[in-house]
Amino acid sequence: MIELSDYLMLSGILFAISIAGIFINRKNLIVLLMCIELMLLAVNTNFIAFSHFLGDMAGQVFVFFILTVAAAEAAIGLAILVVLFRSRRTIDVEDLDALKG
Amino acid sequence: MGFEKFLFYVLAATLIAAAGMVVTRRNPVHAVLFLVVAFVTSAMLWMLLEAEFLAISLVLVYVGAVLVLFLFVIMMLDVDIATLKAQFIRHLPLALVVGVIMLVEIFLVVGPGNFGGESFPNPAPQGPDYSNTRELGLVLYSAYLYPFEIAAVILLVAIVAAIRLTLRHRPDTKYLDPSKQVFVRKGPDRVRLIRLQPEPRRVTPKANPASGPENEE
Repeated sequence: MIELSDYLMLSGILFAISIAGIFINRKNLIVLLMCIELMLLAVNTNFIAFSHFLGDMAGQVFVFFILTVAAAEAAIGLAILVVLFRSRRTIDVEDLDALKG
Repeated sequence: MGFEKFLFYVLAATLIAAAGMVVTRRNPVHAVLFLVVAFVTSAMLWMLLEAEFLAISLVLVYVGAVLVLFLFVIMMLDVDIATLKAQFIRHLPLALVVGVIMLVEIFLVVGPGNFGGESFPNPAPQGPDYSNTRELGLVLYSAYLYPFEIAAVILLVAIVAAIRLTLRHRPDTKYLDPSKQVFVRKGPDRVRLIRLQPEPRRVTPKANPASGPENEE
């Protein structure tokens, strides 16, 4: 039988890979957005696994809302990225230092 | 039960391999294509967990819309890939350290000791008459109706924001302003009457009457 801990560990591995990806891909803002999508996927897998093993539908409803918000986030994030590239001609994170952070 | 377990391990291996390729490929187009593989594999895992509606909507919404949007943006931006390669090695040790620490911590919490088969036994599989879509809809349209409407508003705001952010007016293109077109009034905006002085009719010779009217100009 596939146990709950199998699914949880799988999504934990996925989450750790995407965290490492955020550290690796410091030059490319698009790949950072893709790593965030992977993290959301890991979280959604957690929600669905708990929903299945606890017999509660609320987890799947929550995944539904996360998908909605993630789609909105990707659309607005990519729009900001396009505007940024138009004005600065780069999407390198380290070049975007206008706020002196 | 053996086949299900085999399927789970094949899908898990594919998912982890695809995720690893997403974060290590230099070419963003390849990364998006591996992200497609990861999402489809994850949808199959959700199928194993009897969440059929969400699995299909993950493929349709995410792979069909969001990742295609990623592809469009990547191909539109023309990023120089050669400069991206330089920084890869510098951040790799830090990424490995953080990733391994997080992985160990997560395993200590969610390992088989805490979330194993004893404390969370497998539920009985649903029968062939069970409809996941129907169950989800019953919950979504009764208990979660207001959050559902808020989600719709969020999507509307996302549409408006994305269009407004990327809209730009080029000064050299000619276009019609729709609001000016709509607000045109019936009287003086639409028709302008100009009083012209009549020109005296020119007398033409009667030599060629067929081409006479054209020559009056």
